Amino acid sequence: MATKVVMEALSPTMEEGRLVKWLKNEGDQVKNGETIAEVETDKAIMELVARGDGVLRKRLLPEDTAAPVGQLIAVIAGPDENIDALVAGAGGGAAAAAPAPADVVAKANESAGASPVPRTAAQSQGEASTPPQEKVANTPVSAAPPAPAQPAAPQGGSNGGRTKSSPLARRMASDSGLDLQAVQGSGPGGRIIKRDVEAAVASGPPAASAPAAAPSAAAPGADSRDVPLTQIRKTIARRLSESIGPIPTFYLTAEFDMERVAEMRTAMAAMGDEFKVSFNDIVLKAVATALSQHPEVNAHWLGDKIRYFNRVHLGMAVAIDEGLITPVIFDADRKRMSEISKESRELAKRARDRKLKPEEYTGSTFSVSNLGMFGIDQFTAIINPPEVGILAIGALEDKPVVLDGQLVHRKRMRVTMSCDHRVVDGALGAKFLQTLRRLIENPLMLVY
Amino acid sequence: MPVITYRDALNQALREEMQRDDRVFLMGEEVAVYQGAYKVSKGLLQEFGEMRVVDTPITELGFAGVGVGAAMVGLRPVIEFMTWNFALLAIDQVVNSAAKMLYMTGGQYNVPMVFRGPNGAALQLAAQHSQSWESWLAHIPGLKVVAPGTPYDAKGLLKSAIRDDNPVIVLEGEMLYNTKGEVPDDQEVLVPIGKAELKREGDHVSIITHGKMVLTAMQVADQLAKQDIRVDVVDLRTIRPMDIEAITTSVRKTNRAVVLEEGWEVCGVGAQVVDYIQRECFDDLDAPVVRVHQADVPMPYAKNLERAAKPDAAKTIAAIKKVMYLE
Repeated sequence: MATKVVMEALSPTMEEGRLVKWLKNEGDQVKNGETIAEVETDKAIMELVARGDGVLRKRLLPEDTAAPVGQLIAVIAGPDENIDALVAGAGGGAAAAAPAPADVVAKANESAGASPVPRTAAQSQGEASTPPQEKVANTPVSAAPPAPAQPAAPQGGSNGGRTKSSPLARRMASDSGLDLQAVQGSGPGGRIIKRDVEAAVASGPPAASAPAAAPSAAAPGADSRDVPLTQIRKTIARRLSESIGPIPTFYLTAEFDMERVAEMRTAMAAMGDEFKVSFNDIVLKAVATALSQHPEVNAHWLGDKIRYFNRVHLGMAVAIDEGLITPVIFDADRKRMSEISKESRELAKRARDRKLKPEEYTGSTFSVSNLGMFGIDQFTAIINPPEVGILAIGALEDKPVVLDGQLVHRKRMRVTMSCDHRVVDGALGAKFLQTLRRLIENPLMLVY
Repeated sequence: MPVITYRDALNQALREEMQRDDRVFLMGEEVAVYQGAYKVSKGLLQEFGEMRVVDTPITELGFAGVGVGAAMVGLRPVIEFMTWNFALLAIDQVVNSAAKMLYMTGGQYNVPMVFRGPNGAALQLAAQHSQSWESWLAHIPGLKVVAPGTPYDAKGLLKSAIRDDNPVIVLEGEMLYNTKGEVPDDQEVLVPIGKAELKREGDHVSIITHGKMVLTAMQVADQLAKQDIRVDVVDLRTIRPMDIEAITTSVRKTNRAVVLEEGWEVCGVGAQVVDYIQRECFDDLDAPVVRVHQADVPMPYAKNLERAAKPDAAKTIAAIKKVMYLE
């Protein structure tokens, strides 16, 4: 009995496929499960696998030619079997790009003569007709070669159908932030089961699902921990990005009482010039201390995971003639106020002199921007990705405020935190500012 | 600890409860003079006399009904069916009288009685005498159903059944009577009704079973241990009320379950177990639950066909390999 080979939808969005290469000649014996051609979809190069035994009698689609999904592209049949009707039904075969006759399309699913099996990256190497780089990037990588005889191995949703998986596998994947679409199932009919998820988790995120725009960041190590995205984190990230842009930012503003900071600064200055610190130094010290208590906001968004840092590397935005640069005070939470003061002065000067080395302005885990000296009351700073927050410091002002029922004048300062909502939720940002307020309004806490 | 037979464990249970409470009496075919068709009542006539160990005519419906009446007026009868196959004749008394009396009298009459006897297939007793009735009986609101698989559980559950103030079905096994196990003689053995027991601990796959099949499950666990497959064996012990927590605890640990029972597949006890698993452990399952049971035919008489029809270790191992994706 003749077996039709049709162009199949090898990806959910595929409407046509380009026949890259026939791997069998007319007259070749083919077996069920054997690869007979390579087809380029909109996403990858896939193998077309025969699903019937016989002789590849007729190739109806020339190489390097596209055919719409559903079109008959070859016929497998017995050596002497009459296939004229089939071939005629394909519209003569030569007019390959012409739309397939409706009945062929309609029957494609039930009598599909070939099934798509995603190629592994290794198999794609050395293929000449597409840029190798693209092929490797686009081709799903599988842990094991797919079983040839299995219909439509459910990988990457490439057959447009559902990915079969056990309930446990789904739960485990969800818990570990793993995309099941990228996992090769080893159970019956390609079902993804526990051992497949465990293997996928153990081998790290597959290449196919690696984030395209993963920002460069320090490698994970003892000083940080990577947390895979949970489903809720993913959903928040996706929804909010749709709403506001690539970094869904929201802003939290608070006004701090600076009387005690001012008193402290005056008292220190009275002890001698070497003890002078700026308001900004005290704020930097307070922010660093608060960050060490809130590692949840001391983090990087890495596309498929969040990296939380145990060390605080504080970026400080410095205006320079050419624009803006953010030198970094490394381990700011562990440095004394005098060290921060000295370092920030030096960094700012070197920044303005364009003397900063690259390692001095990369690697920050959180940033601070201060426009107080320009008399700005409050402003919103733009997050420096992959960081997830930045604090905008406004000017110190004498203001009338009600304190214990009395109208008094106090030194006040407004800060606004920009938060990446994919990582920092409102309450989390607010708690951070609460801690910061306690530190700034009671600066003695900074020596605690 | 003394090692005794399942038969002697039941005998001890009857003797101890009859000594403990003079309202307890035993009634059935051949229980007195003949000392029981399977010698479970051995020595009881001599010890307690013919008022408390009563031989009956071959009238299952009749003596079951006499038992219900006696229970309603304050005695605590133990009705022995020579086998549960014969109890079909008495099923109206079991289902319509014993099980429903408390409900239909608005709580005025409880029925503190036990129906007991061997259940399931022995060897070549053919279609009419090789049947497992637990799913029939467990179907009925108002009945409790226990199916001990070891001498310890047989003694403990029969004693608990006799002390229960409502009708309890005790399903024994002809092939179990000669099996042996440890039963302490220096303490009272009581097994609570409604409590399963983890007979063996493993984390790869759960076998959920009861009655005679507990022995099969233990054999399977032993054999698979040699292949590094660790089997959790949950012995339900009570079919109704079923210990759902024991089932779910095991399945949550192993993510895979095989439900093993002696009876037929359709509407069997295993179907109920699978229902609890899918309801409570859906997200814990790594494979569909597989059931092992008797073939869906009347039990054949021919030895080879009987063997083919019965659930056994080989079928259970095949089921385990299936749920573990090892086949």
